[in-house]
Amino acid sequence: MAVLKVKFTKTRRDKLAQILWILNWISVVTGVILFSLGLFLKVELKKREELMAEKDIQYVPNMLIAVGLIACIINFLGGKICYDCVDSTKFLRWKLIMLPYIVCTFFFTLCVLVGALMCYSMHWELEEALNLGLMQAMRFYKDTDMPGRCFLKHTVDTLQIQFQCCGNSGYKDWFQIQWISNRYLDMSKKEVIDRLRSNVEGKYLMDGVPFSCCNIDSPRPCIQQQITNNSAHFNYEHQTEDQNLWMKGCRQALLEYYTHIMQSIGLTVLITWLFELSVLTGVRYLQTSLENMLRQGDPDSESDGWLLENSFMETARTNLSIIKSLGKSNQINTANNGDPNIDVPSTSKAHYGPDNVPPKEKMETS
Amino acid sequence: MALLKMKFSQQRRVRLAQGLWLLSWLAVMCGAFIFCLGVYLKIELLRRDEVMEDTDIHAVPNLLMLVGLASIGANWVASRVCQDSLDASRFPRWKVLLLGWYAVAVLLCCLLLAVVVLSYALQGRLEESLKVGLRNGIRFYKDTDVPGRCFQKETIDRLQMEFRCCGNNNFKDWFEIQWVSNRYLDFTSQEVKDRIRSNVDGRYLLDGVPFSCCNPASPRPCLQNQLTDSRAHYNYEYQSEELNLYSRGCRQALTDYYMGLMNSTGPGVLSVILIQLSVLLSMRYLQTAVDGAMALESPEGESEGYILEKDVKATYAEVKAKALDLLKFAQVDPASEVAGAEEGEKAAEASAKAATPPPAS
Repeated sequence: MAVLKVKFTKTRRDKLAQILWILNWISVVTGVILFSLGLFLKVELKKREELMAEKDIQYVPNMLIAVGLIACIINFLGGKICYDCVDSTKFLRWKLIMLPYIVCTFFFTLCVLVGALMCYSMHWELEEALNLGLMQAMRFYKDTDMPGRCFLKHTVDTLQIQFQCCGNSGYKDWFQIQWISNRYLDMSKKEVIDRLRSNVEGKYLMDGVPFSCCNIDSPRPCIQQQITNNSAHFNYEHQTEDQNLWMKGCRQALLEYYTHIMQSIGLTVLITWLFELSVLTGVRYLQTSLENMLRQGDPDSESDGWLLENSFMETARTNLSIIKSLGKSNQINTANNGDPNIDVPSTSKAHYGPDNVPPKEKMETS
Repeated sequence: MALLKMKFSQQRRVRLAQGLWLLSWLAVMCGAFIFCLGVYLKIELLRRDEVMEDTDIHAVPNLLMLVGLASIGANWVASRVCQDSLDASRFPRWKVLLLGWYAVAVLLCCLLLAVVVLSYALQGRLEESLKVGLRNGIRFYKDTDVPGRCFQKETIDRLQMEFRCCGNNNFKDWFEIQWVSNRYLDFTSQEVKDRIRSNVDGRYLLDGVPFSCCNPASPRPCLQNQLTDSRAHYNYEYQSEELNLYSRGCRQALTDYYMGLMNSTGPGVLSVILIQLSVLLSMRYLQTAVDGAMALESPEGESEGYILEKDVKATYAEVKAKALDLLKFAQVDPASEVAGAEEGEKAAEASAKAATPPPAS
């Protein structure tokens, strides 16, 4: 009782082979698309490397790149096989390879599915990496004279301008760190000394933000200093003012940006997976119908194609027993209690005559 | 004595037709490229429309788009002519068109040259237009509550950040206008009153710039206010500080950007001119060779192709004579009219005489 049996006439088989040839080439193109999507994601993640802490998120684009390459190779081979399947003599060349090929492709499509799911699961790790990375970057914002960190100010400023965000979770993050270097602080002034003394760690904290937090759409020239002090600015109310600075936090802005990319890539990979699965099904039908045709002996006859010869349970049982017997062939025969030295009567047919024959008497006695 | 005569066997004629067909399709692609170039340039100019006073510079992209479309049409016609050229029955109908086609092709080449020249010549106009436009933009920066001008602040801020520039000529332009609106000035404060009284127009002027002038590459957090006062900030020297703000003026930045765009399209336009000229010359050779072949007794034989039937002087004299002839024909010549009337009368008399029989003798 085969699974999903379909009858195939000769013309249907030929048409199926041709269609599968075209579909395999389309799959090669989708493999190239997957590869380039993985490359794009890798470049995008590398661009903002300085803002992400050391988390292993590069595995997602690497997986996509690998899957894309393997898809190209597998579908190229599949295209070649399907092209040859139109001719039954050429099919004999591929007959032995086809079943292993189908099994490999089946496991490969599982990898594609895993890749698609990984795209969606990267979200949480990315958030952690961004959180830590942004915190570090803001802390070292003022260290423009330290080698290795001197570009962080430029990076954070251009990030805040480009993504229209301010700080890690919000603009108040800037109130908690010292973002003005000591080189530019007049230590002889009383105000500076007061601020330094006002906290345990001796940091120059202020309720001000860098210029890159300023909102372009504000009708009013940007207020960067004394943000929480309503009386410091005319006609200004700190609680209700939401157009002066960017309200979004940079972590959220970057996360949205990357999530958007990931979702598009994930969707593309899922569609590729469905496509690969349908191509695989077609190739399986082609293989079984051609094999049946060979069994019947007549190249022009009708033959059946199916997904599995017996029902799913029987096939699973058969395969398990095959695997078990593969394991058994290495084991010693355990009949006769396992003792290999017991005499087992010989069953050979060679007959060398009866035993205990007396030796021949001497002819002469002198 | 024909100009640049070449002999063409049947095979060479066929090759010429095929080569010209490919070349004319290449010229169609080039026409499409010129059109797209014009569209791109126009879009870039329209994007910064708000800081430009007049639209003289738009002549360059408009011309490019026109020439692109005309070139696509003309070269498509050329490819059709090539297809029909080896068929003796279909070629004659194109002959009438060919003279006009040559004129159009020459005109297109001239227009493309004019585009290259214009893009250099209009640089001065562009700068002037930007100067006035930016001056207005900076003046109306504070008017975010006046309808029609409320987006000037955003436009100028975005422009300064994107092109990394500040002010019209440099950042000092911001010192001369009031860019903080009166809505945000506390008129009860002594400092505000002093500043307003310090100049004739009663404007609130300060030696500060908007935040969009700040340079992110500066090692120091941006200094926006009291820029000319070296003592107002610690470790700050007004004259020697060059990384704090963008030092370039926006007029210079925009002019450089647009000139760069137009210069980079220069080589492309010149190569399109060359391709168009080669299509023109090859078409002329093909026309004369095929005409010569059709006039022969054996159409498969050798014929001659040339650019001009006679040399340049003789052709010019011929063309001049033809043109004068046409003019003469169009004129109403009074002398010839009278002569014609007389002739007509004479003919009428002669016929009357012939009609009436002589009196019988």
